[in-house]
Parts: sequence; structure tokens; C-alpha cells
Amino acid sequence: MENSYLIKTENLVKIYPMGLTSLTALDHINLSFKKGEFVGLVGPSGSGKTTLLNIIGSLDEPTEGSAEVLGEKIETLSHKKAARLRNKHIGFIFQTFNLLPVYTVFENVEFPLLLHDMSAARRKKLVLDALKWVGLADRADSKPAQLSGGQSQRVAIARAIVKKPELVLADEPTANLDAENSHHIMGTMVDLNKELETTFIFATHDEKVMQYLKRKISLVDGKVEKDEQLIKE
Amino acid sequence: MVIPKLALRNLLGAGLRTWLNVIALSFSFVAIIFLQGLYNGMADQMEKETLDAQYAGGQYWQSDYDPYDPLTLEDAHGKLPVEFQQLVTENKAVPILIRQASIYPNNRFQNVLLKGIAPGQTILSIPTSVLITDEETIPALIGSRMAKSTGLKIGDYVTVRWRDANGTFDANEIKIVEVMKTVVSDIDNGQLWIPIETMRNMTAMPDEATIVILEKGSQFSDKVANWNHKDLEFLMQDIRALFLSKSIGGSIFYIVLLLLAMLAIFDTQILSIFRRRKEMGTLMALGMTRSKLIQLFTLEGAMHAVLAAIVAAVYGIPLLLYVASTGYGLPEATDSFGFALGNRIFPTFTVGLIIGTTLLVLIVTTIVSYLPTRKIAKLKPTDALRGKLT
Repeated sequence: MENSYLIKTENLVKIYPMGLTSLTALDHINLSFKKGEFVGLVGPSGSGKTTLLNIIGSLDEPTEGSAEVLGEKIETLSHKKAARLRNKHIGFIFQTFNLLPVYTVFENVEFPLLLHDMSAARRKKLVLDALKWVGLADRADSKPAQLSGGQSQRVAIARAIVKKPELVLADEPTANLDAENSHHIMGTMVDLNKELETTFIFATHDEKVMQYLKRKISLVDGKVEKDEQLIKE
Repeated sequence: MVIPKLALRNLLGAGLRTWLNVIALSFSFVAIIFLQGLYNGMADQMEKETLDAQYAGGQYWQSDYDPYDPLTLEDAHGKLPVEFQQLVTENKAVPILIRQASIYPNNRFQNVLLKGIAPGQTILSIPTSVLITDEETIPALIGSRMAKSTGLKIGDYVTVRWRDANGTFDANEIKIVEVMKTVVSDIDNGQLWIPIETMRNMTAMPDEATIVILEKGSQFSDKVANWNHKDLEFLMQDIRALFLSKSIGGSIFYIVLLLLAMLAIFDTQILSIFRRRKEMGTLMALGMTRSKLIQLFTLEGAMHAVLAAIVAAVYGIPLLLYVASTGYGLPEATDSFGFALGNRIFPTFTVGLIIGTTLLVLIVTTIVSYLPTRKIAKLKPTDALRGKLT
């Protein structure tokens, strides 16, 4: 059944105009992802990892082809519906953490919930649960500037999973971290994947991440070169 | 309630930049309220003094009288009709006889208006009781401006020459019995006030007058043959127009202040939109729509005005209350403004003025805050996350 897939792309093409020429970032990508997968999009810079992640995350639209995410066709989504999809069902983790500097850790994690119709008490519970998952409950009142890189990324993970989304998209989540923090972060995400059955899709070229992946999709020049199942579901 | 909460968090989080804008804007608040209050106080004082000393409850003019044409004064006099006689008897009106005359203070010639008024009147705040005297000499009351321009002082005698009803020149000596200090220059410059009965005798105009001034609050406005009723709306129109032109001139100062404060807000908004693109991208990735983002950034800018109002209240209220109670001293030169002003102006700060100013600053700040945020409407989330502005 087609709908058993969380995400399905068909002949997905993304072309960026570059002055008089153009750059094909994704070239007829056909992929599907199921609930609970832990997938890495790997490949060198410019291979199309981030572009694919952005389209799946409804931050960008395909030039051609189709991307169906959680039953929504990305290419036909209005800006408002795309925003709602991201807010309710998708969590994002960025390479540079993208925490809001004037907010505390608690407020950063709380942010996605503020856009939901939810009581303050319920929000507080969910935020503290998320901070416990990432082991930062004691830093709730700190500002991002007072955190290390690893701690900042854990706050970003807490922010991504606080609303218990079906899908978490992480763009190079360990690129700015040392080895110890990278393993810690990946360990946290593996646990969350098991505990919450959240689907994780990473864009990465970090070798340290590879050992945690259940599935590895190699992209080269915007095409899928290899799609390997590393651990049987 | 989410957007205001976030806007306030962002605004307070911006620290010194926010407070500099807020302080600059609060100066505008206080300056606008102070200047408007000062003008309101001036207007109140001007109206009160002018009504007290010159117009009271309105006037009747003899049909030939035109204060802007001195040539009409020759014929602008008439017997007091019965209607007025009764009002005068009841002390509800006071007649004034006006004639052109000339005086010769310190061997210089000067044209003056000779005004006859009942010494016992209480309708105008002119100290006419000083004209009640047993002396043979004609007593005269002048204003301080007149005293200064002629060099006359209390006790001085001066020759006055006039023409009577038949056009015959006559002359006599008058004695300055009082120099009154008045803020209403229209009852002062070039004028000699003498008892009306004396003047009627001098000019051979028994029971005649040029104008009749009604008591304050008088409802009398009947048609009287050969006399035209002039209500306060008419009498005050020139002075109000003059005041309006002065207050518009004064407004330029606070408009400049407001513009400077708005420039700071506009600059901050532009800077925010360029510097916080990545933050905008993050907010969009977290599910915020562009319209909510525009609301957030606009509100952040507009909240400068809210904080400025609070800061302005902290130092502005005690300051303005102090000025309102002690008054604001005016230099001598303000006499040349052309309307009645005292040495001190007591500003009038009304609730309407404060709410009006707050709303004005809030609306202007919101518009100025909104204008740069329109760029967000075209912003693509992926570009914003890369720190690029579409």
C-alpha cells in the first residue's frame, strides 16, 4: 500500500538557476521512507543532501516530480499549509544549532509548542520531558551562549522532538562537534528513534555518524548512487 | 498572545539597542506632551485674559464702528438704546465711547484712542475704579506698554486734544492716575481710559457709546436698531487664528523630534531584518508563517513605543507635574506675539492630550516598524536559513 510510506519521492528534480546557466541539485530522485527509519543521506558537498532534506521538510519546492510527505504533496502545498506541516509533524536539527540567542534553553525548546493551541502547564511538562531525554533538565534557565557546542545541539534536538513529531530532519548535526559530543548526540537520537519511533533522516558526510545508521543513501551529483539497508528492521 | 509575548522577549533580549531607541522615543513623548501642554496652557490663558479684560460676554457695536478702520471712529457713536440702558443699570453691560485723539508727552505728538468707561464697572478686569477722583483734572488710566512708549508715569500731566461731535477741536490736560499691568495689549497700546461721563461732556455726546460690552455668560443677543451683536466666536476668531499659526510653527520642533526617533526605529528594523535572517529561517522551519513573522517583527518595533511610554511616564510625569505647578517663565519678547500672555505660562496636560499623544506615537511607530518588514513576505525559508535575503 502506497500510504504505508511516510515519505515518497518520484522523479524529484531540483534545478537552481545560476545566472545564464543552471545547476541540477537533484536529478530524478525516487526514494521512499517508512515510519521509524534511521536514515543517512551521505555524499560530498554539492551532492544534493541538503536540497533533498529541504524539500522533504517543505522548506523548498521541487522543480519537477513529486514529494509526498505524511500524505501531503509538497509541490502543491501553500506556504501556510507547509508551515503547519513543519510545526505539527516535522522537527529540524541544524548544523549550527540555530538556537534563538535571547531565549533561555527552556524557551527555545518551548518555541514550537507556542505555535500550538496548548496550555502553559502542558507545554512545561513536554519541555521538561524533552530536556530530560537529552539530559539538560538542569540547564533549563541557561542562555545558549552559556552552553557548549554539544549541549547546544542537544537543546536543538530537544526542540525538534518536543512536539513528538513523526519525522526529524537533521542537516549535518555533528559537523560542528568533537568526536565525544558527536557520539553522545547520535546515541541520544538512536534512543529517541527507538523510544518514540520517530523517523530520523540525516544529511551527513561525517564518518562517525555512519555506524549508527540503519539505512544509508549515497548521493552523488544529485543522483542516488547507492541505497543500503545496514540494519534489518 | 504568542506574538506579543515573543516580541517582548526579543525586544528585551536586544538589550542596549532597545533601550537607546526607547529613551530617544520617550524624549519625543515628553517633548510632544510638554509642548502641546504649553500651547494648551497658552491658549487657555490667552482666552481667559482676553475675555476678562476685553470681550467679557460679547459686544454690540454701533453700526458704523469698524475696529480695523480708524476713519470710521468719527461717526461710530450713538445714543444708548433703551435695551442697553436697562442692562447698564443692572450692571449687566458696560458702554464704551471711543474717539481718536492726540497727546503730547515730552513734547512729542502721538495719536491715541480715547476710551470712556464707567469707573464703577465690574464687567471688565480693568482697574477703572482708579478713575473715581475728586480732583478737577481729568483722570486717565494707561497700560504699562503705553507708559513705556510715551514715557508717562503715575502723576504725570499730559495735554490731550480731540474733536467733539461737531468736529470742533478741543484740548485739556489729563493726569495719569494709574499704570496698569495687563497681558492684553489690545487694551493697552495707544489707549487712554477716562471716565465715560467726562468724555461724553468733552465730546458733546451725551448718553452715547461706540460699543457695549455684555457681562460674562450673557445670553442677550436681541436685534437692536443701529447696533450689531458680535458674539465671542466672532470676536475671538482673529486671535485664535493667530494662535493657531503660532502653535503650528511650534509643532515643527516636536515633529522633528518624532522623525528622529522614528528614524532610529526604522534603522533598527532594517538592521534586524538583515541581521536576523537566519533567525527568521529558523522560525519558519519551526512552523511560523510569513504573516506571523511580519506580525512579530512589526510588533517588536511597535513595542518600542509601549516601552517608551512607560519610561516617559517614569521621568515625564514628575517633570511635567512640576512644570504645571510652577509654570514656565516667558521672556519679555513674548509681548510681541500679539496675544495675551503672562510672564509665566502654566501648561495644561489633559487626559485627552496624553492618550492622543500615546496613540499618535504608537501608530506612527507601528507604521514605521511595518514598512521594512514587508521584505519578509518574499522571504524563502531556505534562503533565510542560509542568511540570504530573497
